[in-house]
Amino acid sequence: MITKRIVPCLDVRDGKVVKGVNFEGIRDVADPVEMAKFYNESGADELVFYDITATVEGRSLFADVLEKVASQIFIPLTVGGGISTLDDFDRVLKCGADKVSVNSGAIKDPDIIEKGAKKYGDQCVVLSMDIKRVDGKFHLFSHGGRQDTGIDALQWAVDGVERGAGELVVNSIDTDGVKGGFDLELLDEIAARVNVPIVASGGAGKMEDFAELFKHPGMDAGLAASIFHFREVDIMELKQYLRGEGINVRL
Amino acid sequence: MIAVIDYGVGNLYSLTASLKFIGADVKVTSDAEDLKKADKIILPGVGAFEDAIKKLRATGLVETLDQLVAEGKPMMGICLGMQLLFEKSYEYGEYDGLGYIKGCVVSMRERVSDDLKVPQIGWNALEIKKDDVLTKYIKDGDHVYFVHGYYADECEESIVAQTNYEVTVPAIVRNGNVCGTQFHPEKSGNVGLSILRAFNEA
Repeated sequence: MITKRIVPCLDVRDGKVVKGVNFEGIRDVADPVEMAKFYNESGADELVFYDITATVEGRSLFADVLEKVASQIFIPLTVGGGISTLDDFDRVLKCGADKVSVNSGAIKDPDIIEKGAKKYGDQCVVLSMDIKRVDGKFHLFSHGGRQDTGIDALQWAVDGVERGAGELVVNSIDTDGVKGGFDLELLDEIAARVNVPIVASGGAGKMEDFAELFKHPGMDAGLAASIFHFREVDIMELKQYLRGEGINVRL
Repeated sequence: MIAVIDYGVGNLYSLTASLKFIGADVKVTSDAEDLKKADKIILPGVGAFEDAIKKLRATGLVETLDQLVAEGKPMMGICLGMQLLFEKSYEYGEYDGLGYIKGCVVSMRERVSDDLKVPQIGWNALEIKKDDVLTKYIKDGDHVYFVHGYYADECEESIVAQTNYEVTVPAIVRNGNVCGTQFHPEKSGNVGLSILRAFNEA
């Protein structure tokens, strides 16, 4: 059967990886291509690139980075950041992306999910959601998790899948950066409502957090950034550990 | 030279990049003369069967393909491109395929339990059933990357490798000079590159 996926996420600004990186044996730790190669060799199942630039120059540097990565790394690549139109889909798919992740763009115009799914297939459209508890309810946040939209996040997930999203990235703002484990309460609520792959994000601090995640039904992938970038968790060791815990992973 | 058929279905960036990466001479083309000159042909494809077979027929290349396949030119279909090689598909109707491999393409949803996620998206293990040039650099249990909601059926004799997703999914198939992979070798890391390398060298 299909394996559980481990997905490192790289934020790219002006062609460089941001967030501190702490690697040995890599020439340029900020070079996304070097990072992608390293992760590919260490067993990452997929890579996510977020373009966090706002400038035209930044966009074009990002496209260059993506093309370089896609011509040397042959695993699935998901790209997000600033996707709000079909032209944006086209722009990143042409550079070698396999899946396109929409977040704020879909909040502004939910039709983009349907348009993207119709043109490129459901499997190509990833709905990424930043979610936080407000008065005991799960609210959807926009603008990189800074603004409360007031939207019920669980309903948003259901609606997104109905519109054609083929996969959900569920990022919990409450657990993000805390390193105390994934937000299993939130993830379970979403898994009970949809039947597409769920990528859990926010909160992973150690290998056990991934084992706990994958023991919950409906969880397909665990995404993290800094714990991989800082080598607090090595992906190969993580996968060996998970296999020992009876979890099906690709080694 | 490997000719990759361009018929307006799917993104060819990764496929051409992966073939170049393993040192193959690649030409993306919709010209019959290129297919005749090519040493090998790859038929890619992503999307729905009906749309793809219509677009392929609209290129006018099918007659050339029929002839080249009959002459023994090596050809490989990838993902939907593999499904097109079969006789028939039941994806949203009933459509004729190219008929190079005996069998048909059927829905996964109708044959697996309701809570199993369809399409199958992700890495799954290969169970190699027969020796084949395509599997010379890979081994039983190697993982490859699948994205599909339909799969080939009634093609037992052509299965080189299979995978399990509640149902047995033919993963690599072959009938003589025509072969196909249900998964994406261009997205399957080193295992995928090894399969492409074996195809290129054969």
